[in-house]
Amino acid sequence: MNIVMFLAPFSLGLGLIAVGAFWWCLKAGQYEDPAGDAARILVEDPEDRPAA
Amino acid sequence: MALTDAAPRLDLDAFVNHREDGHASLDLLVPDARCAGCMAKIEREILALPDVAAARLNLTQKRLTVDFAGAGGDAAGVVNTLARLGYPATPFDPGQARAAHDQEGRRLVLALAVAGFGVLNTMMFSVPIWAGLFGQELGPATRTLMMWFSGIVGAPCALYAGLPFFRSAWRSLKAKRANMDVPISIGVLLTLGISFSETILGGRDAYFDAAVSLLFLLLIGRWLEHRLRARASSAAADLLALQAASATVIGDDDALIAKPLNEVLPGDRLLVRPGERIPVDGRVLSGVSELDNSLLTGETAPARVVLGGACRAGALNLSGTLHLVATARSEDSAVAAIARLVEAGAQAKSRYVRLADKAAAIYVPVVHTVALATFIGGWGLGLGPREALIRAVAVLIVTCPCALGLAVPAVQITASARLFRRGVLVKSGAALERLAEVDHVVFDKTGVLTEGRPRLINPAPQALAMAAPLARASRHPLARALAEAAGMGPLAADVTEHAGQGVEGLIDGRRARLGRAKFLGVAGGGSETELWFAFDGDTKIRFRFADRLRTDAAVTIRSLAARGLTIEILSGDVSGAVQAVAEAVQVETWRAGCTPEDKAARIDELARAGRKVLMVGDGLNDAAALAKAHAAMAPGTALEASQNAADLVFSGEQLGSVTVALDVAASARKRALENFGFAALYNLVAAPAAILGLVNPFVAAIAMSGSSLIVTLNALRTGLRR
Repeated sequence: MNIVMFLAPFSLGLGLIAVGAFWWCLKAGQYEDPAGDAARILVEDPEDRPAA
Repeated sequence: MALTDAAPRLDLDAFVNHREDGHASLDLLVPDARCAGCMAKIEREILALPDVAAARLNLTQKRLTVDFAGAGGDAAGVVNTLARLGYPATPFDPGQARAAHDQEGRRLVLALAVAGFGVLNTMMFSVPIWAGLFGQELGPATRTLMMWFSGIVGAPCALYAGLPFFRSAWRSLKAKRANMDVPISIGVLLTLGISFSETILGGRDAYFDAAVSLLFLLLIGRWLEHRLRARASSAAADLLALQAASATVIGDDDALIAKPLNEVLPGDRLLVRPGERIPVDGRVLSGVSELDNSLLTGETAPARVVLGGACRAGALNLSGTLHLVATARSEDSAVAAIARLVEAGAQAKSRYVRLADKAAAIYVPVVHTVALATFIGGWGLGLGPREALIRAVAVLIVTCPCALGLAVPAVQITASARLFRRGVLVKSGAALERLAEVDHVVFDKTGVLTEGRPRLINPAPQALAMAAPLARASRHPLARALAEAAGMGPLAADVTEHAGQGVEGLIDGRRARLGRAKFLGVAGGGSETELWFAFDGDTKIRFRFADRLRTDAAVTIRSLAARGLTIEILSGDVSGAVQAVAEAVQVETWRAGCTPEDKAARIDELARAGRKVLMVGDGLNDAAALAKAHAAMAPGTALEASQNAADLVFSGEQLGSVTVALDVAASARKRALENFGFAALYNLVAAPAAILGLVNPFVAAIAMSGSSLIVTLNALRTGLRR
């Protein structure tokens, strides 16, 4: 029975981490521009190119 | 009105926002930015400009935000750079309302996330309790422990996720009305209270999981509704932003200044290029041109304006550059008078009672009476207050309005998604409900039944080929129509355009003219809907144009009539033109020469006679009628004001969208009513079961999610059917 006292809060902690992560994403504007974010990965920054 | 072909000295500083931290920023709408390439190019080039600190393009909303390094910035430089890259841009004001709306959406999503967390984790503790209900080994101590866990997790989640409902319920109570959120809030709070007291007293029934999952399901419905409104209002805000853009004012030293419309004062000198709309009412100072008033009055024939002529705001300048002196402020212009009528109509519309609210008005008192009767009756019949209260709460829980809360939004979001695929934008769920009730359809003629632009009606191939090189060089709508009929081909050389007259140029070395009858020296005035063409000293050829019917106009009218709707045409055009169209599409009731007020008055008259009118119109002269009608549709080519006044906007050449929209609205209404019917049936079974004490937390959880699932699946049928 004692294991429940450990496992239950543990699983709740995991769930809270997930909610916290979601809250952070929302707050950080991760969902403001889905189309732009998808496109941005295709854009090549000139300074990122390896020096020839 | 894009500002891209502006002179280099164009001054856009009125649109620069001065932020609190001392830096300036600029918001631009860049409608043509579509891909990663556009985004990279735009951001790189704008960032390379002097004194630009940051530039970020939001590809989803097509908005470019430019932050300047200093307290001021060269807005015109940014716009001109964008123009050079090939992206017309319009400054716009992001506006407070929009930001507030987004925040509301974010709050809902977060509440949904918390409710989701709560449901999953309280269920984890509920499963052992349920197992105990079915005779599995579960000692009272363990059960109470599980109930405590479930309460500690579930109650805070329910309180947080319920905030949107509590707030709305409080607002509505303060206004001395009861909306759907009042019973939800009472139900949730009561459930939480009873569950805690049962846990403390070591009882058997705790409904923490039910309270959270009720909120979770309701939040889904709430969020769907929000999505529908957000999409429509963002489309509407873009339109408004484009419209609010600017007028080009000629300053003292002949500098061109782009000013927001509401800053244009009477006496200002304005420049209106061909292809632009007249920003405010004015008089012509210099220049000759033709104005297309069709959106203002419905007249198809362009009107010629010369020195001293009056121009009304909203008219389209067709051929020559005009210098005007403003005679009215934007608020006092002809357009604004119509805008006020629109506002009045929109207010009337907001009094419409939605289907869900009608259902709530019946549902709320019934359910609360039943719950109260269960408590009093149960106590009276000797159950004891604790058991009686638990049963009353069970009634509130199983008759939860999840099915009601999901019934309508789920149907409307699938219906509007289906219409969206067919090119019809639905502005609100209420619009769909109103559309389903329509029994009378009023059409505008120009631009709705007809295509709204001239087409050549006597195409003689040989003559066409001769005149086409000159027509291709002109921007006049009639010449455009001629060029379109002739297809691709050579261009005339050495072309000069005589504003309001015609064009002159060399075709294969021969001098030729294309234009009005007088321009070619043909006697007898000539009509506004014809063009003459001749080589120097040769025979003169006449081209006649007419506004052609949309290809499916007659079919659409027939199929509307077949649905039992009565049809009427209200047009501002002259009676001959209207009669011809009415006969072609077989509509017997028509009126010509209507002013905007006439149209609005006719709609009122029909409404007083008890008719539910659908108005389909595109012009500014229709805007008031669109706003007053029970439901309204406008084509995507309509003026922004009309699109704003309409409930639905359809794009494309097909008038058949009207029929499609009516059908989808009707089937959405049917689905919604089916869902209500199902919810009623479900409650008829569930409520007695709860009264008799047959409901335990397990049954409540199954019943609640089961009914919501059925309602949602039924709603999805609206989207699946072809």
